[in-house]
Amino acid sequence: MGYTAQRAQSQDPHNTLISVKRFMGRGLKDIDDVASMPYHFVDAPGMVQIKTIAGVKSPVEVSAEILKVLRARAESALGGELVGAVITVPAYFDDAQRQATKDAAQLAGINVLRLLNEPTAAAIAYGLDNTSEGVFAVYDLGGGTFDISILKLSKGVFEVLATNGDSALGGDDFDQRVFCWMVEKGRFQPLSASDMRLLLTKARDAKEALTEHLDVRVTVVLSTGEMMDATLTQAEFNAMASSLLSKTLAPTRKALRDAGLTVGDIKGVVMVGGSTRMPCVRQAVAEFFKQAPLTNLDPDKVVALGAAMQADVLAGNRAGDDWLLLDVIPLSLGLETMGGLTEKVIPRNTTIPTARAQEFTTFKDGQTAMSVHVLQGERELAVDCRSLARFELRGIPPMVAGAARIRVTFQVDADGLLSVSAREQSTGVETSVQVKPSYGLADDDITRMLKDAFTHARDDMVARALNEQIVDANGLIAATRAAMQEDSALLAADEAAAIDASMAALEKLVTQTDHLAIKRGIEALNAVTTDFAQRRMDQNVRRAMAGQKLETFG
Amino acid sequence: MDFTQTHFALFGLPATYALDREHLDRAYREMQNTVHPDRFAAQSDAEQRVAMQWATRANEAYRTLKHPVDRGVYLLQLQGIDALDAHNTQMAPAFLMQQMEWREAIDDARGAKRVDALDALMDELRITHRQIESQLIDLLDAKQDFEGAREAVRQLRFMDKLIAEVGDVYEELEG
Repeated sequence: MGYTAQRAQSQDPHNTLISVKRFMGRGLKDIDDVASMPYHFVDAPGMVQIKTIAGVKSPVEVSAEILKVLRARAESALGGELVGAVITVPAYFDDAQRQATKDAAQLAGINVLRLLNEPTAAAIAYGLDNTSEGVFAVYDLGGGTFDISILKLSKGVFEVLATNGDSALGGDDFDQRVFCWMVEKGRFQPLSASDMRLLLTKARDAKEALTEHLDVRVTVVLSTGEMMDATLTQAEFNAMASSLLSKTLAPTRKALRDAGLTVGDIKGVVMVGGSTRMPCVRQAVAEFFKQAPLTNLDPDKVVALGAAMQADVLAGNRAGDDWLLLDVIPLSLGLETMGGLTEKVIPRNTTIPTARAQEFTTFKDGQTAMSVHVLQGERELAVDCRSLARFELRGIPPMVAGAARIRVTFQVDADGLLSVSAREQSTGVETSVQVKPSYGLADDDITRMLKDAFTHARDDMVARALNEQIVDANGLIAATRAAMQEDSALLAADEAAAIDASMAALEKLVTQTDHLAIKRGIEALNAVTTDFAQRRMDQNVRRAMAGQKLETFG
Repeated sequence: MDFTQTHFALFGLPATYALDREHLDRAYREMQNTVHPDRFAAQSDAEQRVAMQWATRANEAYRTLKHPVDRGVYLLQLQGIDALDAHNTQMAPAFLMQQMEWREAIDDARGAKRVDALDALMDELRITHRQIESQLIDLLDAKQDFEGAREAVRQLRFMDKLIAEVGDVYEELEG
């Protein structure tokens, strides 16, 4: 992890994994530059895996290892167990990449309060510092991903209007350009994996040096004895980088167009990600937006800063009415229809959470099953979009073609994660999926990995699980009690009695050591309070909206 | 949650095509401030589920009312009229002629790689878009001419498609 891994990369390139984020939720065919990477990839269904000295690892497992270290650091810094975490993801991550990220957190034993888009997190950090109003662009060029988000800030609400990007474009690509220049200068023969890594490290150093200096001398001696020694000027570097910069401006134009805005509408441009330190990046952004970008916060830390502020709100530590985020999905969600075409169900840049339903029918007489293929992307052909899941609705009663009415419902939650259900309307035959098993990890895989990870520490795992359930149960009991005190008027006597009984049962379970029983007790209390929660929300909305009308008509 | 409540009633707005956008934005923000799942992230599963349902409903209503075509379709739907009925696609010949001319203009601009021609075309399309919106206020709110409104809504949808096509050509030309 961290600097130790960075130091090991050229000695042990096959087993030192760099920018694993690029492989999250990705198949082998999705990775462009496989040849230039020193890894032994294993093509697995859904997500690529990597053969290492420690066995075949999925990117999810590698991420989980990183998260575990971060978790331990956070716990030692904060002096206590982590209740939950906000995990940031590139805004342009699709459903597969988001789900893989959430799986990694689960594997690391982290309770995810929210998956938060990185540019949005950066906007919190900037927006709250500057108490700004208006439309802002966040240009986020990291090590392996590029995001552009357009946000409207108004009275504490951060509304994302549009987002776009490239989930395989970042600082690594700039290193690659310098690497190619070095290979050319040194007239190097085909390279060994460790020489390749050595050159990439040198390339990165040279790139970073050019942030402060107008030129840099690059000297390398390979293990073969071959060598190169040459000077790279900032001007030469800028020329190599220009096509990469154009690649960031195309998504920027798209995002502006999707938001229905032009460059003149943008009040400020926030720079995020270490790669925005490069002078050529700053210059390209300044030229495009016709204004100097905002760089007063550390581009490597601004996302973490915003995420921490949001975690503080989500954990309930603050009053909660400081600010509100309204984010969007970055890529359209749809279904494959006849002839291999994509039919969009939820268009990109739709505010989440959201749900949308579409009706389909059978195309053959007596058809009793229908397969549903869930896709994400903007292309017209299904094969050009990302396949998220396939499932089948069976038991449709035989009817003439076109008579059955099959309603497919997409629900996207506040993490940007999709679940899909299908229902035949006349009979009520229903099936649903958490869009998950067709790529990456099925729940079974996660369970297996959790078990593997804990075989040596089984008791530890049980103790931890018990502890977590007790914390959850006590929290739920306290919240339920407070709600009942506040809104006793909303409950009939028998309803209150049922909740009291369920609460008393859970209180008793908490004093014992069966974590599964506590889990069931929590579920039972949640079930018996659902109507109550519904009524409380109705009441809150009525109050909030009543205030609105006074303000409007008064 | 009362599912029989219209999107307009949800935000305390009159059911008209003319829209007080400021009121809508304010009411939407106020509602999301109350119901958004982020407000309940530390609460029980039951409350988080309810929050997701409400926030979903608020987003859907806001999106529908904000969008000129969707708002028209929705108002007609409240009258029991399906504006996008595939069996009824009649359109005034003059409008169809105009459509064809615009399509040719898009093709010409693409062929000649003329971004300035696209800019001019986009301005023209936006002006027509606004004109049809004004017509819809008259047809729906004043005259209650639902047949007329149905055709105007379909025209507006054509305009949206054209504007999207121009967007695609921009993308193509700008690389």
